[in-house]
Amino acid sequence: MITHTHRPLRVVLYEGNGSIQLPAESRAKVMMALLDKGYTVTRSSLGAPAMPHDERNLLVLGAFEGKAPALEDATGKITIDTCDITGLEPDAIVALVDKSRGEKTMNEPGKWKPWFPVIDYSRCTNCMQCLSFCLFDVYGVSEDNKIQVQNNDNCKTNCPACSRVCPEVAIMFPKYQAGPINGDEINEHEAGREKIKVDISSLLGGDIYSALKDRSAAAKSRFSKERSPDKALDERKKCLTKLVGDGFIPADVLASLPSTEEILKKAEIAKARAAAALAAQ
Amino acid sequence: MSTPATILYCRCAYAQVVPTGVKNEVLQKLCDSNASFETVSDLCEMAAHRDPRLQAIASCGKLRIAACYPRAVKGLFQQAGFPLPADTEILNMRTQTAQEIADALLRAEPVTTA
Repeated sequence: MITHTHRPLRVVLYEGNGSIQLPAESRAKVMMALLDKGYTVTRSSLGAPAMPHDERNLLVLGAFEGKAPALEDATGKITIDTCDITGLEPDAIVALVDKSRGEKTMNEPGKWKPWFPVIDYSRCTNCMQCLSFCLFDVYGVSEDNKIQVQNNDNCKTNCPACSRVCPEVAIMFPKYQAGPINGDEINEHEAGREKIKVDISSLLGGDIYSALKDRSAAAKSRFSKERSPDKALDERKKCLTKLVGDGFIPADVLASLPSTEEILKKAEIAKARAAAALAAQ
Repeated sequence: MSTPATILYCRCAYAQVVPTGVKNEVLQKLCDSNASFETVSDLCEMAAHRDPRLQAIASCGKLRIAACYPRAVKGLFQQAGFPLPADTEILNMRTQTAQEIADALLRAEPVTTA
């Protein structure tokens, strides 16, 4: 489940004037510990500019040797806290940052996976196949009838089914393991878009159909392992089964799951939405 | 003198799809340098809720990003409503070595003369 939280803090690891530089190994350990907890961290060193500040409050960490300066935003828009981290271990620094964050909510790694489709608009032809295929209303259409990912919260974690059926290989899931679904470059040959290459000798004296058959079989063994309508349908079905069988889903949610008839109806509605959007183009 | 590129490192902390050894080594090399840089826990997580910080990143001028597949990274920013500038350099920690990535991130900008 996606929790839409604001970014409560911008953590700055300050190593400019007034602070002692951390040893490189300690610096890396501190940054890894904070990043793995879900924080964003700016490393600011002497003479090299970092990104300009935004609307988030700042927490400045530095080896100030017990003399963390009191700072104030000249514009008065944000608060700036400073913490002395001299001699602290990474865990203690993370605890300091957690304490400074207080009760403000934040997504945390390990508790949720950002899983949703990403459309490569340089490939998408707006055919609406994804809209008619997905049963979970992840896709929608913009005011100018362009396909969009509108409800990424609805997407079922680890289900890349819509990507498998996209005829243009335009749907990516960046957290997926294999290409081209993970965003890897697309081999147009494997995408099945190449012109059919026929062995001339087989054309003149042999069997053109056997050559085509071989080509089709070879393609199936490679690219289509990932891009298969059968696999996609199977995944869609598994998602529904998993929802029903998952003991962690409360009884009232289970009761509200769609029946087979409802799913079929939903598919028809999605198809109709796609057709309407296509007709309006 | 030309403006140095902003360096952004994505930790991909919400899923184990980027090899740990590579992402740790890239971060270590950045920490070994004197460069200032930005790090985020996970660009996908930010894109999922259209974090306005993505807009700040996309509009900060010359940009070098260590993350994953360039097609995916560009798509994430575009889908969040903040397309990346065309000249953004995206380094792929899923396929490139840590050394290649660090070299590209920390490469000095060519000096331009008026």
